[in-house]
Amino acid sequence: MSPEMIRLLLQATGDTLAMVAVAACLGTLFGLPLGIFLATSRRGELLAAPWLNGILGLVVNATRSTPFIILVVAIIPFTRLIAGTSIGLWAATVPLTVAATPFIARLVEAAIREVDSGLVEAARAFGAGPLTIIRKVLIPEALPGILLGLTLAVVSLLGYSAMVGAVGGGGLGDLGIRYGYQRFRPEMMLAVVVVLIVLVQAVQTIGERFAARLNRRVRRA
Amino acid sequence: MRVQVQRVRCVSSVHHDSPGDAVPPPPEVLIRFEQVAKTYVTRDGVDVSALSGIDLSVAAGSVLGVIGRSGAGKSSLIRLINGLERPSAGTIKVGDAEVSSLDERALRHVRRRIGMIFQHFNLLSSRTVSGNIALPLEIEGRGRAASRARVGELLALTGLEDQRDRYPAELSGGQKQRVGIARALATGPSVLLSDEATSALDPETTRSILALLRRINRELGLTIVLITHEMSVIRAVADRVAVLEAGRIVEQGDVFEVFTRPQAEITRTLLAGEMGLALPAGLRAEIDTQPIPGGTAVLRIAFRGAHASDPIIARLARETGIEANILSGTVDEIAGQPFGSLTVGLPAGPDVVGRARAFLDAHGLVSDLLGYLPARSVEARRVA
Repeated sequence: MSPEMIRLLLQATGDTLAMVAVAACLGTLFGLPLGIFLATSRRGELLAAPWLNGILGLVVNATRSTPFIILVVAIIPFTRLIAGTSIGLWAATVPLTVAATPFIARLVEAAIREVDSGLVEAARAFGAGPLTIIRKVLIPEALPGILLGLTLAVVSLLGYSAMVGAVGGGGLGDLGIRYGYQRFRPEMMLAVVVVLIVLVQAVQTIGERFAARLNRRVRRA
Repeated sequence: MRVQVQRVRCVSSVHHDSPGDAVPPPPEVLIRFEQVAKTYVTRDGVDVSALSGIDLSVAAGSVLGVIGRSGAGKSSLIRLINGLERPSAGTIKVGDAEVSSLDERALRHVRRRIGMIFQHFNLLSSRTVSGNIALPLEIEGRGRAASRARVGELLALTGLEDQRDRYPAELSGGQKQRVGIARALATGPSVLLSDEATSALDPETTRSILALLRRINRELGLTIVLITHEMSVIRAVADRVAVLEAGRIVEQGDVFEVFTRPQAEITRTLLAGEMGLALPAGLRAEIDTQPIPGGTAVLRIAFRGAHASDPIIARLARETGIEANILSGTVDEIAGQPFGSLTVGLPAGPDVVGRARAFLDAHGLVSDLLGYLPARSVEARRVA
């Protein structure tokens, strides 16, 4: 590969990492509270609000069922409103965040619902209110599960980021399609795929390691 | 509420000190249920009654055991005390607080004075032993330093000093329940609720946990309400017992009274294994409710208190000429009082059963006719 192509590859890797990092952080910022609320607002739960839960659930499902490439195009006006433009790296983080938020919310919801209801009952019996229970019981107990969920979300975002080339987002996926596929440079395609594999592997390993360290449910020697 | 408990103790010690004043004051009632009912509405809109017509009072500093089969309503009953469940009718008072009418926010303050332990411990897996014990203190908003000192006291009380930095997954069941007890006592409650706290433990661990509960009751003057399906638990720690069946209290009283003169059928059934009241397995299979010609009538005799050591079988033979054949028996202690149970076979003969029971009645002994056995099975047993 020529030095120019290596430069392109590094540039694309940096772009992908930036997009995914920003989208993952913002997605967590919005998705974590949303997920907690989805888990605790069901009928008979701490913050029971079945109607609101139903509506939010519907919105989350609608966002999640829209194919990402269609979402990217469909929310262009919204992207323009937020980022000032609909083209380029930073504009691309808007649809990525919009896709990541409900995904992360569902993963957080699942992790929270895994927490033994006996722990919630115990905290109530000691006089804890709903917010205290969320802060001191649900989040700490669900944390290993939440971290595994975030790992999954980051891996999915790496995949999604390949599609934002459609709006000039750049990144590895874009490079692979334009150089590897359209200009028929198999070595570029291969390089892109190898870099993506390494990234996914790294994210997965780091995520699992953190989750395992936090998980006290299993006895360790 | 804690203050009240202390006061009662002082008053009673004054009475002990002054001879001649023979009548102690009636114990102060700490928990009172009046005509409480709990009805659940199922998903299909059908009302299911879990509890009805519950009248119950628990004296400060005493241990009440509530026993019943699963589904009898024990779990609902204990959760009504700290408002985890709300009654459909009736009132529940704990100390001065009428928990049945408080809203959720006011209930939180009452709950900090009522500790609770659970069958499956319900410890946070993400916190160490110390961290779990500190949870109610954090909920209460106690400072870090005060909290640390209190946790230290509780670790000492429950014998967990060496385990303070371990996680629940690294503990045995008995240690987990000790953590549960330490956590329940953290805020210095006046009431401890025990929800089948020993049902997931082996017999030996159960004994040590029950001994700890009894010690806490005596040393801290803590009022304990426990629910269980095992009579052995009631016997080990309770002063009074309430028997629950299908959402109603069918029998309640002092443990010794209820154990030695069970009135309700369900109580007898629950007691059967515990009190040596059960027949040996071989005989149980053959017993018949109808008289068998030439067969043996099986009689169970309960000895209470002073009678427990009487040579009653010898006197029965001497005074009535009926020679009873002992099939099984135990002499034991319940709530500190001796109690014996003897199952005997009576020989065939005209009105033997009637005469034997009249003799026992005259001596203040309660007897039950369990049924009849073919003569051969008693013979076979005697040879063996």
